[in-house]
Amino acid sequence: MPNPSTVVRPGMRRISVRASLRLTRLLIYLLLVAGSVLMLMPLLWLVRSSLMDNAQIFVFPPEWIPRPFQWSNYPEALTSVPFGRYFLNTAFIEVCVLGGVLLISVITAFSFARLRWPGRQVVFFTMLGTMMLPSAVTIIPLFVLWRELGVLNTFVPLTVPAWFGGGAYIGQGAFQTFLLRQFFLSIPKELDEAAYMDGATPLSVLWKVIVPLSVPALLVVGIFTFIDVWNNFLEPVLYLNDEAHFTLSLGLATFKGLYNANWGYLMAASTAMIAPIILLFFVGQRYFIEGITLTGIKG
Amino acid sequence: MRVKRTTSGVLRMERTWGLLLALPTMIGLLAFTIGPIVASFAFSMTDWRIGSESSFVGLDNYRTIVTSDSTFAKSLYVTTYYSLFSVPVCLAIAFLIALMLNQRVRGLSVFRTIFYLPTIVPSIASTMLWLWLFNPDFGLLNLLLETLGLPESKWIYDEATAIPSIVLMGTWGVGNYVIIFLAGLQAVPAHLYEAVEVDGGGALRKFWHITVPTMTPTIFFNLVMMTIGTFQAFNQAYIMTQGGPNNSTLFYVYYLFRTAFSETKIGYASALAWILFLIIMCLTFLIFATSKKWVHYEGGGR
Repeated sequence: MPNPSTVVRPGMRRISVRASLRLTRLLIYLLLVAGSVLMLMPLLWLVRSSLMDNAQIFVFPPEWIPRPFQWSNYPEALTSVPFGRYFLNTAFIEVCVLGGVLLISVITAFSFARLRWPGRQVVFFTMLGTMMLPSAVTIIPLFVLWRELGVLNTFVPLTVPAWFGGGAYIGQGAFQTFLLRQFFLSIPKELDEAAYMDGATPLSVLWKVIVPLSVPALLVVGIFTFIDVWNNFLEPVLYLNDEAHFTLSLGLATFKGLYNANWGYLMAASTAMIAPIILLFFVGQRYFIEGITLTGIKG
Repeated sequence: MRVKRTTSGVLRMERTWGLLLALPTMIGLLAFTIGPIVASFAFSMTDWRIGSESSFVGLDNYRTIVTSDSTFAKSLYVTTYYSLFSVPVCLAIAFLIALMLNQRVRGLSVFRTIFYLPTIVPSIASTMLWLWLFNPDFGLLNLLLETLGLPESKWIYDEATAIPSIVLMGTWGVGNYVIIFLAGLQAVPAHLYEAVEVDGGGALRKFWHITVPTMTPTIFFNLVMMTIGTFQAFNQAYIMTQGGPNNSTLFYVYYLFRTAFSETKIGYASALAWILFLIIMCLTFLIFATSKKWVHYEGGGR
C-alpha cells in the first residue's frame, strides 16, 4: 500500500491548479463580456433613441424599449433636409477619390517597391514624412490655393488631390501607398525579372503579375479609402458652403444645428449615416483586420 | 513582339518607368504638401487677413503668440492636459483588452469585432451620439451613474469634467490600437514563454519578462500615433462644445481653425500652425530619443 498522502497530493495540486486556471479563464470572460456590453451600449442607445417619439425620449428615468416604435423618425429626418442630395454628392466624391487612390497608390507603390531609379529613397521618405505632418500646417495654404483658383464650393479640392497621391485628404494617400508598397515587397522579385527577360514591360508586369497577387491588399486600400471619404469632415467644412454641395457628414452637422433638441431625428439621421459603414465592415471584416495589422506591424 | 533583354536594358527601363509611375505622386507632394509648407511659413511672417493688404512683419506673430496671447496659452494647456490624460488611459485600456483577447478565448473574432466596431463609426456621427449620451437630464451616462447609486455629472457641460468626458469618449474608439496590440501579442515567440515555464515562472513573471519587453516596439508605435492624434483633436470641440464651457475644451487646432477661418487672420493662424508643427516634432523626437532606453528590438536594434 502506498502512503496515501503521496498519492493524493499531486492529484490535488493538479486539481487546484486547474481550478485556478478555470477561475482566471472565467474572470477573463466576465471582463470581456462586461467590456463588450460597454462598447455596444452606446450603439444600442443610438438605435433605441432613433425609434422613439419626443414624449418618450424625454422621460426620466430613461427607458430602453421604444413604445411605440416611431419608424417615421427615419423618413421625416431624412427628408427634412436634402439628405438624398448629400448622399449623391458623397457618392460622387467616393467614386472620384477611389479611382484616383487605387490607380495612383498602385503605380506609385509599384515604382517604390519594384523599380530602381535614382532619387527613389528620397521621394519615398519625403512621402513617409508627410504622413507625420499635422494637417493644420497645410490646410491654410491649401484653402488659399483653392480660393485663388476659384474652385471653392466645388468638388475639385476634395477629388483632384487623390489623382496626385493626395488621397481622401492630405496624408491619407501616402498611407495607402505605403501600405501597398509593404505588400508588394513581399512578392518574390524573381517573378518580375523572369518577365523582363522575356520582353515584358513594367506596366505588363504590374498588371499581369503584381495586381493579381495583391487583390486582398487592394481591397484593404479600397475599403479604408471609402471609409475615410465617408467620414471626412474637416475638408468639406472648409471647402463647401453651398448646401447643394454638402456631403453627408457636413449635412449631418448642419442638421444638428437645425434640429438641436430633436434627438429622435438626430439619432435616426446618425444611424442612417453609420449603417452603410457597418454593413461594409461586416462584409469585408477580414480585410479590416489584415489592413490594420499590416500597417501596425511593419509601420 | 518579344525581345530578349540584357541586364543594362532592364535597368534603363526600370529607371524610365520608375520615374514615370511615381511622377503624379511627386507632383502631388510638391503641389499639395511641400508647396503649402513653404507658403504657410511665408504667411506666418505677414499680418495677412483675407480681404486686406498684407505686409511683412517678420517674427511679430510668433512674438505676440508666445508673449501675450492668453487664448493660445489656454488652448495649449487644454490640449496638453487632454493628451497627457488620454494617451496613458487609452494605451492601457487597449493593451488590457488585447491581453485578454490573446488568452486563447473562445469567440475571439466576435469579441474582436465588438471592440473594433466603434472605431468605424463616422466621427461626426459618434460625436453626435456622445453629445446625446452626455445629456445631463436624459442621457445614458447619468442613467448608469444613477443605477449605480453614484452622483450625476454634468459631463461636457462643466469646466472640470469636460476634458475627462472627452477622454471617456476616446476610450470607446480604441479598437484600432487593440488590433495592433493583438497582432503584436500573437507574434511573441511561444518558446520564450516555454523557457519561463521551464524555470518555474508564473503568469506574472511571463508578463513582465517576456510580454512587456517584446511588445515595446508596438507600444512605441501606438504611443507615437496616439500622441500625434491627441494634439490634433478638433471635431469634439467643433461639434460638441465650441471650445466651452469657459474655453475648457478649446483644443489647439480648433483655436487655429477659428483664427484662420472665422476671424480670417491667415498670417497669425499660420504662425499658430507652425508652433503646433514644432511642438509635434519635438514630442515625436522626444519619444524617439527615449525609445532607445525602453524599446527592445529583436536582435538588438534595427
